[in-house]
Amino acid sequence: MTNIGSPTDTPFKSTRLLVAAGITFVLLVLACLAIADAPLEKVMGVVQKIFYFHVPCAWLLLLSTFVCAGGSLSYLFGGSERGDRIALSAAELGVLFGLCVLVSGPLWARAAWGVYWQWEARLTSSLLLWLMLIAYVLARRYGGSSARRLAAAIALFAAVDVPLVYFSVRFFRSIHPNNTVVATLVPGMRAAFWLSLLAFTALWITLFIARMAAENAQGRLVDLELRLDQAEETRS
Amino acid sequence: MNVSFWRYTMLIAGKDLRIEGRSREVLYTMGFSAALVVLVFSFAMANATDPAQGPITAAGVLWAATLFTGTVALSRVLDRERENESIRSLLLSPVPRAAIYLGKLIATAILMLMVEVLLAVLVGVLFSAAAFAHPIWLVTILVLGTLGFASCGVVFSAALLRARSRDALLGALLFPIVIPVLLAASRATACLFDPLAPDLEPVGFWTRFLLATDVIYISLGLWLFEPVVAGD
Repeated sequence: MTNIGSPTDTPFKSTRLLVAAGITFVLLVLACLAIADAPLEKVMGVVQKIFYFHVPCAWLLLLSTFVCAGGSLSYLFGGSERGDRIALSAAELGVLFGLCVLVSGPLWARAAWGVYWQWEARLTSSLLLWLMLIAYVLARRYGGSSARRLAAAIALFAAVDVPLVYFSVRFFRSIHPNNTVVATLVPGMRAAFWLSLLAFTALWITLFIARMAAENAQGRLVDLELRLDQAEETRS
Repeated sequence: MNVSFWRYTMLIAGKDLRIEGRSREVLYTMGFSAALVVLVFSFAMANATDPAQGPITAAGVLWAATLFTGTVALSRVLDRERENESIRSLLLSPVPRAAIYLGKLIATAILMLMVEVLLAVLVGVLFSAAAFAHPIWLVTILVLGTLGFASCGVVFSAALLRARSRDALLGALLFPIVIPVLLAASRATACLFDPLAPDLEPVGFWTRFLLATDVIYISLGLWLFEPVVAGD
């Protein structure tokens, strides 16, 4: 029998989520103010401000993939149920932030390049990474219990794709702005960018805590149901 | 990996190929499906092909058909182990799991390559592509692309052996992972199919990319096959 929810799991502490949500809210407000206050870029104008949303989301897509791969690794080779829950929570967040990247990117691209989409290396790789995370979630939702190990394998294959995403600008000819663009920002823009990155990371952590709490609660519920069935069988 | 490891690998590959040689079930169904996929693309794009886009279209059709029909080979090669629960016997036998993986990979790749030769001829005829202008390069790309596809596919197909809606899930889960292989293989093939400017420099680049991807995917497959099939 697969041990889905251990009764020794730590009960959910809502204070941790409330603190994380409070910090996230403050950081998001500060980031919005900093973005509004940041100087306008000369060529792109206000459209450049998508950058403060797009890049943090792209970073969180990568973070989600790595966390998902780490959780999958501990599940696949160490049998850690907690690792499996971490992987699922991170994969769902990866799908969410990946969607944000793939919506905000084309909006900027339309203004910068005149088209919404270009089949160039970084865009293609980001799309692939997002599709792999969707594949992970699909396997978990519809594959049954036997597909949990397959989902972990998908996560590890997706992690292999991450270096391809990040360094593809160097490997392929690309029109996408390269990784050194942050260092060239003027001080007002740089502060807004780092604050935005921090606020979005805090948002990711808050959502991750909430998602993990839901997964743990579900695990405990399944465990309680199993124990109830066993108790009824013993009584009868 | 010693001599007995490779012996086990070849025994497993040989067993699958021998079964296929007797029934020819996978080859016939795959071959027919592959021909149908090429014909469907051909009908859908009839009179609409731009001569400049011809090699790109032909290469794209060749690899799309390979991927679609490759899932048939993957399903059947592993399905045979599900019948009579022979997968349990195979896993209980003192054969290294990596040898089982490599044996299945070799058998699947050989079946796919046999169908790909038919596909290349069909694409050459229907899309007026110079399919056999550089036969050695074409075979190299076909082998590397097929290995890249099958290296992931064998792990996925084995993991889905007992899953519900297995056939629907296999393609949906596998295709996002193997798209880098599809991209590299179809770009290299498009350069080969172009009779006017057969520039082999990009072919070399994409072939090296495919080789690197194959090494990564096969290493991952060897590493993941045991925990993926051994569980539950």
